[in-house]
This record gives sequence, C-alpha cells and structure tokens, in this order.
Amino acid sequence: MITFLLRRLAAGVVLVFVIATATFFLTGLTGSDPAQRIAGTQAGAAQVAAKRHELGLDRPLVERYADWLGHAVRGDLGTSWFTNQPVSRVVGEALPVSLSLVLAAILLTAAVSIVLGVAAAVRGGWADRVLQVVSVVAFAVPNFLVGMILALVFAVQLGLFPAIGYVKPSVDPAGWLASITLPALALAIGAIATVAAQTRGSMIDVLRQDYIRTLRSRGLPARSVLLKHALRNAAPASLTVLSLQFIALIGGAVVIEQVFGLTGIGERATSAASQGDVPLVLGVVVVTVVLVVIVNLLADVLLGWLNPKVRMS
Amino acid sequence: MSVPNEPNPAHGPSEPVAPRAGVLRRLLRDPLAVAALAYVAIVVVASVLAPLLTSQSPTASKIADALLPMGDGHPLGTDGVGRDVLAQLLHGGRTSLTGALIVVAVSLAVGLPAGIAAGYYRGWFDGVAGWLSNLVMALPAIIVLLVVLAQWGRSTGLAMAVFGLLIAPGIFRLIRASVVAVREELYVDAARVSGLGDARIMRRHILPVVVAPTVIQVSQLLGIAIVLQAGLEFLGLGSENQASWGGMLNDAFANIYSAPRLLLWPSLAIVLTVTAFSLIGNALRDALGVGGTAVHVRSRAEAAPSGPVVAASPSPAGEADESDEADVLLAVEDLHVAYPRPDGSQAVVVKGASLSVRKGEILGLVGESGSGKSQTAFSVLGLLPPLARTSAARMEFGGRDLRGLSPAAMNRLRGKRIGYIPQEPMSNLDPSFRVGNQLVEPMRHHLGLSRNAARTRALDLLERVGVADPERVFASYPHQISGGMAQRVLIAGAMSCDPELLIADEPTTALDVTVQAEVLDLIRELQAERGMGVILVTHDFGVVADLCDTVAVMQTGRIVETAPAARLFAEPQHEYTRMLLASTLDDCEPRAARSHPVQNLGGTR
Repeated sequence: MITFLLRRLAAGVVLVFVIATATFFLTGLTGSDPAQRIAGTQAGAAQVAAKRHELGLDRPLVERYADWLGHAVRGDLGTSWFTNQPVSRVVGEALPVSLSLVLAAILLTAAVSIVLGVAAAVRGGWADRVLQVVSVVAFAVPNFLVGMILALVFAVQLGLFPAIGYVKPSVDPAGWLASITLPALALAIGAIATVAAQTRGSMIDVLRQDYIRTLRSRGLPARSVLLKHALRNAAPASLTVLSLQFIALIGGAVVIEQVFGLTGIGERATSAASQGDVPLVLGVVVVTVVLVVIVNLLADVLLGWLNPKVRMS
Repeated sequence: MSVPNEPNPAHGPSEPVAPRAGVLRRLLRDPLAVAALAYVAIVVVASVLAPLLTSQSPTASKIADALLPMGDGHPLGTDGVGRDVLAQLLHGGRTSLTGALIVVAVSLAVGLPAGIAAGYYRGWFDGVAGWLSNLVMALPAIIVLLVVLAQWGRSTGLAMAVFGLLIAPGIFRLIRASVVAVREELYVDAARVSGLGDARIMRRHILPVVVAPTVIQVSQLLGIAIVLQAGLEFLGLGSENQASWGGMLNDAFANIYSAPRLLLWPSLAIVLTVTAFSLIGNALRDALGVGGTAVHVRSRAEAAPSGPVVAASPSPAGEADESDEADVLLAVEDLHVAYPRPDGSQAVVVKGASLSVRKGEILGLVGESGSGKSQTAFSVLGLLPPLARTSAARMEFGGRDLRGLSPAAMNRLRGKRIGYIPQEPMSNLDPSFRVGNQLVEPMRHHLGLSRNAARTRALDLLERVGVADPERVFASYPHQISGGMAQRVLIAGAMSCDPELLIADEPTTALDVTVQAEVLDLIRELQAERGMGVILVTHDFGVVADLCDTVAVMQTGRIVETAPAARLFAEPQHEYTRMLLASTLDDCEPRAARSHPVQNLGGTR
C-alpha cells in the first residue's frame, strides 16, 4: 500500500512538472507582444523595449523557464505583470474561497448521491425519477444559469441567502456557510447526476452478489445488509467517480465564482486571462494541477481503506 | 495512425452490420426524437438565414435604446446597451452551432484515428496515447482555455478548436475500447489469417463497429460544447463583436435586477438545443440497440420488495400424511415459483413441488441444473429474487406458517432457526469485512451476545469445523483464505445459532475432490451432533448415497419421485430417476435407460 501510494505520488509530481512545463512553453510562444500590451498602445518603441527588459522577456525562453522553475519549486510563482503582486500571494488569498466552494460542493454531492443512488437502486420509483430529472437538468442547463436562477429566487426574491460575496469562516462561520450554500448547490448538480447514477448502478450490481443473499440468510436486518455491507462494497466505484468529478468542479467553479461575486482562483484566472497576465494564469494552472494530484492521492488512500485487497497488496 | 481514406467507410457488401435503413425508421417512430430533430432543424435554418430574418444588426449598440421592451422594430426588445435581442438570438445560434461543429470536427479528427490505431495495433502507440489522454484529462478544460485565451486573445473559434483537442480523449477511449473488443473476435482473426490487409480489415470490420458509439457520443458532445462555449462567453471571453447566447446571458446578468426577462431567451435557446441533442442521442442509442440501457432493464417491479409466499388454496384437510405430523420440521405442499417475462407471460420454474423434512432427517433434493431444486430451497428461506412470484398450499416450519410472514419475522427465523450453506464459498463472503466480523454479527443480533462472547463462540465454531488456526482465520479477509477454508467458515456461520433446519445448496460442488469428502463428513457429524433436519440440494448421487435418508428427485420444476435413499437406489420408480442414476453411477443400470429421450433436459429457465 505504501509503495503504491509512493508510486502514485511520484506519478503526480511528474504530472505537475509536465503540465507546468507544457503551459510555460505554450505561453512563452508567439501571440501578441505582451510588452506592447502592458505598456499600452500609445507607448513608443523605447518604452516597450524597457518594459520587455523589465519583465525579462528579452531573455531566451529556455533561460526564463529555468529561472521560473527554480523559483516555482520553492513556492515563488513569479510576479503579476499588471499588479506587480507576487502570484503566490494572489493565488494564496483566492484559494480558500475556491476550496470552500468546491469542498462544500463535494460534501453535498457525496451526501445527496448516496441517498439518491441507494434509494433509486433499492426502491426505484420516485428516486429514479428524481435522478432522471437531475441528470437532464445537469446536462442541459449550464451551471452558471442554475446559479443565476438560484440567486434570483433564494437571494433576491426570498432573501434567504446573500446574492454575492464571500465571508471568511474566521470572521463569521454562519455567514460563511450562507455565502457558499447557493454557489455550492449550483456547482454540485452536475456532479450529483454523475455520482448518484454511479452509486445506483454499483448498488444494483452489489445487491445481486451471492454474499448479499448469504448475509440475508443469516437473518441480519435489511438495514445492516443494505447500508453496512452493500454500500461499503459499492462505495469504491462511487468514490472513484467522485474524485474525477473534482476536476470538473474546479472548472465549474471558474464560472460560478463570477455569478456569485466570489474572488476565488477562477475569478482571478478569468481576469488574468482577459488581461493577458501570463504569470498569474500560469500560477493558477500549477496550483490547480497540484490540487488535482492531492485529491487523487486522498482518493487512493480512501480506496485502500475501503478495499482490503488494495490495502493488503 | 491513419484511417484508410477511401470513400464509403461504412461497409462492404457482405457485412454483418446493423441494418442502417431501419435505424432511421425506428428513430422517426419516436415522437420525442422527431420533435428534437424538428427543433434542431429550425435552429439550423434560423441561424443560416439570420441576416434575412431580421434587418437589425446583432452588435450595433445604441445607449438611447437600452432595455426597450418588446415592440416596434425590436420584436423581443433590446438589451442593456440597446442591441436587438432577436437579432442576437439568431446570430448567436450561428456562433453556437459553428462552435459546436468545430469541437466535434477536431475531437473526431484526433480521437477517431488515434482510438482505432491504439485499439488495433496496441503496443507503444497505445501506451503513449493513453498517457497523453490521461494528462489532458487531469486538467479542467476551462483552465486550459483561459491559458490559451490569455496568450492568443479572445477568439471563440480558437477556444472551441482547443476544446475539441481537450475532449478528444473521451472519443479516443470510447473508440479504443470498441476496437479492442471487436479485435479479439474470431471473424477479425479469420480475416487476418486469410491475408486481408490492415487497411481493409479496418474498413470492413472495425469501422462499422465504431460508427454507432461515435454517432451517439457526437450528439452528447454537441450539447457539451454549446454549454462550455456559453460559459466562456458568459465570462466575457468570447470573440469581440460577435453575437452569442453566452454573451446575451452575460448582459442579462448585468441587468438582472432591472430586466430579468433578458435571461429568458438565451436560456431557452441553450437549454432546448442541448436537450434536443441529448434526446436525439438517446433515441439513436435505442434505435441502434447499443448498450447503456442494461441497468434500466431492472424495472420497478423487480426493485419492489419481494412478496411473501402466497397461499395458493386452502390446505386440503386430512389429505396430508398425519402419521407422524408431530415430527415434521418443514412441510411444503404444492409450491409454485414463477418469474414474469418481458412480454407479460410467466416462466414457471417450480410447478407444484411438495416435500417434508422431519427432525433429524437428511433430505436430498436431486435434479439437473435448472430443475428448480435451488429455487425450491430459496423459497423456503424467503430469499428468491424480488421478481419471483411464489405460492404454496402449505409451507410450515416447526408448526408455523411461513406464508405471508413479514420480512422482520422471517429475519428472526433465518440464520437463527434455519441455517444456509451456499454453493460457491468464495463469492459468498463479503469481501470488505473480516471473516470474524461476518461470524460475529448474526450471533450478536440473534443471541444478544456481547462482542467478546460472540468472538469466543465464533472461535470455538471455527475450531469445531476444522479450522487449524481459528485466530488467524478470524482476523483474515475472505481473499486471504482458500476455498475449502471459506466453505468451513460458511458452515460455521450457518451453525452459529444452532439452527433446527439446515439448507445446503450444493455445498461441495465448487470444492476440490479431497476437500469435498471432508466437508461432507463435517456436515454429517454436525447433523448427528445437533439432530438438525437437513435439505441437501445436489446433483451428485454419490453425495446422496453417502448422506441422505430420503431423496426427492426433481425434473423441470416437479418432484417426480420421493423415496427413502436405499429404496430409490434399489428400485427407482420413475424413468427420469433411472436415467439420472444411469448417468451418474457408472456401474449400475443398463444402458437402455439412456435410449429413452428425456424431454426438456435444459430445464425451464
């Protein structure tokens, strides 16, 4: 198990390195001249050259890459071209917002998917129909549209939640929860559709297994057979799908943050992208990949805990 | 990695391909699909003819005309900067459809050939392509698109082309899996052996298989592309000076307090279009008869809790053999078990079986596979699949009517007074829990033992069933013990609450010959020790001769003969019994018995 995790960790480090490198060279290639853009269209040739030198863009690409990588491994992701703030600090300030949102969405997904998936597998009926409706909505209605409608109804009309803004949990825990409830709900719908469908499918498979019949032959209460034994055996497949959904949730958060006026890394990346602030965009990419790798490792640990065969090998 | 670029990639003359002509007809019989196709056709025509349908420019803004209601010159009003909503809607359709087509074209151009090559040739290319696709899928697409847009500026076309690349792994994996599956088929092997070139095999045998899943995937992809594109445009990252549905949503969001109606049109356009594509995809899936619906086969009827055994008719009084009724542990009369078929008829697998087990008696229930013997055993346990419909004139255990017993009441009997030993030891232990846990849980539940008392008793039981190292097995997971050991564990589990009746369903079939004898000895010893009644389901007359007092022979759902074991072997009455005996015991009975054809050997299921 330890060897397995170490191998996965090494693969994760390689992944971060490859993606960071690819992104760096992608952004280092052609495109419009960033120095011209930053200096402004009115700037003369000398000003632009000075700006280019200031940003280090007159140096060879490989040299810039070595320099960036050397700093990045020590946690220094460079400086924003537009605000001159350190990228690490900008991302560091935005990260808790996005993580609150995504983690709340994941918890919501896990809870709703288990209830809906198990109910649909065992009872069919209403749970099946709810699942179908959620699937259609998740596929056809963009999550930011869901977010806007939620905001319109629950924040503007009913005034139950704030429409925009983020509250730090250290300042006001209840306010924090209220500020991320609607965005997390809008974000989670897609993940719920996928994970609940997986849970339903694997529960149906597990309930057909011989050992379930044998457990029932022992006269165990239906609840124990269902929730202790069947769910435990169905969980690994759902967990795997949930960990894959993390990637989709991070992507979805980029747009959802815009709707709810949350200054998370998605919002930072969006404004950086529209300005052409390459170091900041690059920093967001690196942090995102690192998050994905961490979540995958956590999922591996959890899978090992759930599945004795994995844990023992 | 090239697809042969001959025209007509579909199929040669003598291909085993799903009939294409029928697909369209089946598609048009589905009203939802027709509606969806009609809607998409309208959107396409409206987008193409946008400049003719409205004289307004979708991008000309005039602050003085901002937020005009529906009316003169602006059938749907104007947006926050005075642009005509209808013109934006029509021209936005162009942008959306074009973007979606770009995504599909790019992802197919990359994913299709790569998937075919990786699945067909495997080897290094498969490895590299698989690694690359994992790499691409590790990042949220929208983050990558932000990088691209930061570098090359706002362009919806470019973003959609890159998104096509990012989503190509989905196509790649799907195609690769289909190709790998068909590649192992015999007819592809035969084609290769007969000297057909790779290009020819791909065109004639591989491509046809790949078409159906690809078409379905494309319809989903169109929807995904439209949603993602709208997201980018909503963020303000679409092409400048180009009308788009996402852009309209952006403007509507900016005016959400003053003019929430602006939200309506672009939302409707996106949701309806994506739903239409999705419906077309589902209809295509049904029409092409491709998988993905397997799970839904399990209907609500099956998911409903299994009904108890129903009383068939009042038990005819006085007809039952009352000679030693007090001794009878289990009595079953006229048991029927049936399963509904999809067409509404029923498949009857047990047709009026009657049997009884006295205290301390071992009853062998013998028959070929499919004869209904396991179904009979499971209906006593109340463990038939939920779809099963059962009825019986009588079903009594220890003088108690089992018919119509509530699940909770049945649970108090099962495991406590009726034990069950399954056939296949390895698949009958829960792989996620330790062996000890699975032994302890029923004892704590039924006998109310403390954790420690149950543990002690479980260890004793394990020792009793011949486990050499009870502590180790107790702490093991099922995958860590052998099949023979697992069967001993299951026997210990069946015995754990001292049942009066033991139902063993072919308890030795899955075991090695040497272990078989040991397990049979164990069952015999335990039976003698505790005076249990036993139903031993088997197809092996050797086992019957070894163990049973009485034998009931089952054929196609009926019990054709019941007799004391010695008499059955000496003078079998029924022809089927003679046939079974002849085929299992090589040294008895004339061969003549085999010349009588026995009908419907395969059973009824």
